[in-house]
Order: sequence, then structure tokens, then C-alpha cells
Amino acid sequence: MQNANFPISGRRMATKNYLSGLFGASPVAPLQEHMTLVDECVSKLVDLFEAMSVGDTDAVEKTYYQMAELEQKADDKKHFLREHLPTGLFMPIERQDLLDALRVQDMLANRARDVAGIIVGRKLRFPKETSESAIKLVKATVETCHQALNVVNELDELVETGFRGHEVRRVEAMLIELDELESTTDRMQVDLRAALFSVEQDIYAVDVMFMYRVIESIAEIADDAERVGRRFQQMLAK
Amino acid sequence: MDYGTTYLVLAVIFGLFMAWGIGANDVANAMATSVGSKAITIKQAVIIAAIFEFAGAILAGGQVTSTIRKGIVDVSGLGATPEILIFGMLAALLAAGTWLLIASFKGWPVSTTHSIVGSIVGFAIVGIGMDAVYWGKLGKIVMSWVTSPLLAGVISYMLFRSIQKVILDTDKPLENARKYVPFYVFLVGFVLALVTIMKGLKHVGLDLSTGESVSLALVCGVLTTLLGKYLVSRVKFDPDADRDFHYANVEKIFGALMVLTACAMAFAHGSNDVANAIGPLAAINSIVMSGELTQNSPLPIWILLVGGVGIVLGLAMYGRKVIETVGSKITELTPSRGFCCTLSAASTVVLASGMGLPISTTHTMVGAVLGVGMARGISSLNMDVVRGIFMSWVITLPIGGVLAIIFFFILKAFFG
Repeated sequence: MQNANFPISGRRMATKNYLSGLFGASPVAPLQEHMTLVDECVSKLVDLFEAMSVGDTDAVEKTYYQMAELEQKADDKKHFLREHLPTGLFMPIERQDLLDALRVQDMLANRARDVAGIIVGRKLRFPKETSESAIKLVKATVETCHQALNVVNELDELVETGFRGHEVRRVEAMLIELDELESTTDRMQVDLRAALFSVEQDIYAVDVMFMYRVIESIAEIADDAERVGRRFQQMLAK
Repeated sequence: MDYGTTYLVLAVIFGLFMAWGIGANDVANAMATSVGSKAITIKQAVIIAAIFEFAGAILAGGQVTSTIRKGIVDVSGLGATPEILIFGMLAALLAAGTWLLIASFKGWPVSTTHSIVGSIVGFAIVGIGMDAVYWGKLGKIVMSWVTSPLLAGVISYMLFRSIQKVILDTDKPLENARKYVPFYVFLVGFVLALVTIMKGLKHVGLDLSTGESVSLALVCGVLTTLLGKYLVSRVKFDPDADRDFHYANVEKIFGALMVLTACAMAFAHGSNDVANAIGPLAAINSIVMSGELTQNSPLPIWILLVGGVGIVLGLAMYGRKVIETVGSKITELTPSRGFCCTLSAASTVVLASGMGLPISTTHTMVGAVLGVGMARGISSLNMDVVRGIFMSWVITLPIGGVLAIIFFFILKAFFG
């Protein structure tokens, strides 16, 4: 709940009291911390695309390393949470839903890092005609990811209210907004593809291929952000 | 009675030891839910516990003491050898104390109550005979060990669901919290007072009619409500607090009432668990004083004092450390949850005390926590602990019994 720490390590050995042993470590805060790291990582894509559009390869590379580091941190958090979620726990959400949400969240960061990796590795630079709509797509995708983070951040409130009533309606409204944001990215993706198509014959073919792959991956990031929300819908439904 | 004074001194020492252990461990469990929510300091908890444990023991503890003292074993068969009962009760105290020491060292969820009952039954079977045990009454007691956590769980589930309905799940939880919480507080004051007055006050020489009892309980309820309203009115709301966690201010309201629930819990605990230490002492005292097996003598106040002093000593010497540890480990139990759990556990325990049933306060508390968990109100509960409690039910009775038998023969060889 409010406490951000995760008092698991040493819990078994530290106390000989069984009333305190009754309280397992809450998965809520770590899940939220994980998603915060993921969101931070995905958000870096905006910096990356802006640097790319002005041809600042140093900045692109620097951003890539920042993203890789954030992805690594998120990964560590994921392992930590998985390791500390024994089957004997009784939680207000299904253990499986929680692990699924964690997996999808983690995929978001992976994909963002992969996109950055392709751009750095292939020294990719979107043609001038497309860079504006590319940045627009990335910004909308990051927006979707922010919204997913907002939903995840409601989890402690959901536990507080016992997954009922006003708070549930609030989260459901947030989920609808998440869906809408994702649809926006879909449309932007179509625009970007069209813009790229109109200029693609002037670019080195292999680069074009990778540009399409980058666009696809970004669309998948938005998809995954929406899937995080869908896991929450499942948690609410029980 | 050759060694009358010796027996009595030993009984007081063992009883103090037992009460000390209860103060050091059990009371801490009862108080930790309030301290864990940071609503009261440890020092306040110790003071509240000292006062209300004592009040609970004196005002509502008579029934359970008399069950421990004479409700489990039929001593009429002993006739001319009342020493047997003295050895037995001393052995029971020693056995329960030893077993608890081992269990708390190992971290096993063993209950003081279960240990003392097991020990008394153990000595009775060997020292007096199979027929000496009131098996029917014992069956009822053992049943209550299962039903009390269940009842507390059901009450806390319903309490939490109702708090959800009228406060947490509404559009304006803060306003509703201020409006409805005093009603819950009234319920606490009323239930506790009613059970105490109906069942407990006879022991202090007050005999009221049902009508008088109910009106007195109503007055107590209203008084606690006023106190609750005062406590809530002192809460300072932080408009920024709800930015991160929308219910921070609502929780503050529940937090303010933790003082009251802590009092209720300490009272309930005192009404049930002090008997574990002073029940055997009372039995020994009445034999030494009268030289025979008359168990109808009233409970002398100094015996209650021994229980009270032991508990407060245990609490002050060791219990505050346990409160601190447990309190810091159960932060998941936010004030609103702590409120539900403590209230339902306290009501269940006081009810059991009124019926003269010795139950485990901590197990009842665990049941209450699970009840809130069932209502999806707690982010994670470790079910291994619950399994451990089931095991302790099965194991404690025979072990307490065997230990009591061993101590019984040692004492008998020594004095007899």
C-alpha cells in the first residue's frame, strides 16, 4: 500500500512471530516500481527520435545506453518480484494475472530497447519527409505507455477499496482512455507507413526494411501497453 | 498440609512466569495491529495494555478463570489427597510455560491457552484418572478453538464489506468516513460493555437486570462514540496527502480510532488470557487456604494482581520489543483493516470470555485478518502460517499433556 519498501528479504529468518509472518510481502509496490522503470525506458524513445531527426548520432547512442540501463533495472526488478512470489500467498488478485501483467510490462521495455538498438546499430535515419510523423507516432506511443502506468499506479487504491465500487469505475474509465490512445497510435502508424512508402524508392532498400520494422515494433509497444490494461481488466472482473 | 506455604510460593512464581510470558508475547500480538499503523506509540501501547488488560481480567475474566480452575477436571475423586491437585496445577503451569518457551523460540504458532488446557488434561488423566476429565466441556473448549477464528473471520469480512459499502467505495470516502465511523465505534463500546456487564460484573458483586445491563451498555456505547468523535475531530487532514494515494486521509480517520480499538483488544485479551496464568494459581490457593478441595471460594483479588503484575512486567521488559518488531512487519494492515480486524477479534474474544471459553486471542486475530483478506482487502497473506496453526492445534494438546505428566511425577517424588 503506501509503503514503497518490499520487506521480504530476511522476513523468514528475522522474525519468530507468526502474526507478522502472516503478512506476505505485497507485490503491489514492486509491480508499480517495475512499470515506472519501463515507462521511463519507453519515454526515452522521444529523445532518441528527436536526436535522430537532427542527425545527432552521439545523442542517439547516449539515449540508447540509457534505455538499455533502464531495461536492465526493470529486468532485475522483474526477477526479484518473481522470486518473491511463493505459491503459498493469498492475494486479492490471481497470481497468474500478476505474473502476466509483469511479463507484458517487461516486454514493453524490451521492445523499446530493441527499437533503439536497431536505430543505433544500423545508423538509421528516417527521411526528412517522415521524421515529423515518426516523432508524432513515438509521442503517442509514449502517451499510451504513460496511461498504462497510470492504471498500474491505481493498484494500491484498488486493494484499498477491495476491488469494488467507485475506484473500479475510475480504473475502467482509465482503461477506456488507454484503448483510445492505442487506436490513435494505430492511425498514426498508417500515416507514417504511407509517408515512408512515398519516398522509399530513394532510400537504401535494407534500411527501408528496418524502418518498417521499427514502425512495427513501436506499434507493438502501444499494443503491449494496452495489454497491460487488459490484465487489469481481468483482475477487476474477479 | 506440610508444605502449604511452599506450594503457594511456587504457584505464585510459576503463575508470574506464565503471566510474564503472556505479557511478553501474547499481549504484543494483540497490540501490534494498532502500533503497526503508527497510530499510537509503543509507550502508549504499553500503558493502554497495562490498564485494559487489568480491567479485562478483573471485570470480565472471572468465567474463564473458573473454567481453567475447575471446569476441565473433576476433583471430587481426590478426597483426602488434595496435594495431587496442587502438584497437577503446578505441573500444568510448568509444562505450559516450558512448551511456550520452546515454541516461541522456534517461532511456532502455539497458543498459551491450548498449552495450559492440554497440560491440565494431561495431568488429570494420569494423576486422577480418565473419568476425572469433563470430556464434554473439553470438547466444547476445543471446538471453540476452531469456531473463534472462524467467527472473527466472518465478522471482520462483514465489517470490512460494510465499511467498503458506506465509506471506501463511494464517491466521497472522506466525508462518509467522518459520518459513519462513529457508528462503528458505538458498536465496539456497546458489544464489549454488554458482554462484560452481563457476564462479568457478577464476579465483582454487581447483579443487574437485563434491562439495566442493556441501558448501561448503551451508555457505554454512547460514551465511546463521543470519544471517537473527539479523536476524529483532532485529525489534521493534509490536502496534499491524497495525491499519491487517494485514501491517505480516510486512513487517517481510522488511524485516530486505533487508540480505542487497542483498548478494546487489550480488554478482551485480559478477559480471556490472564486466566491461563491465574486459573491454576487460584486452584492451588483455595486448597492451601482451606486444606481441602472446596472450590467454591471466591477468587481473591491478590491473585488477579499477580496476573496483572506479571503481564505488565512481561510487557514492559520484553513485550515492547515484540510489539515493535511485529508492528513494523505488518504495515500491510492499514488502519482501516486494522480497525476491522481488531474490532472483530476483540468482540469474539470477549464473547468467548463471557461464555467461559478459554480461546487463543492470536489465532482469533489471524482469523479476523483472513476475513479481510477474503474480501480482497489485503495485498498478500502467507497461508503457510495458517497451515502452521492447524498443526499447532493437533500437536499442542498432547505435548502439553506429556510435559505436565513428567513434571507431575517429578513434583510428586520431590514433595510426596
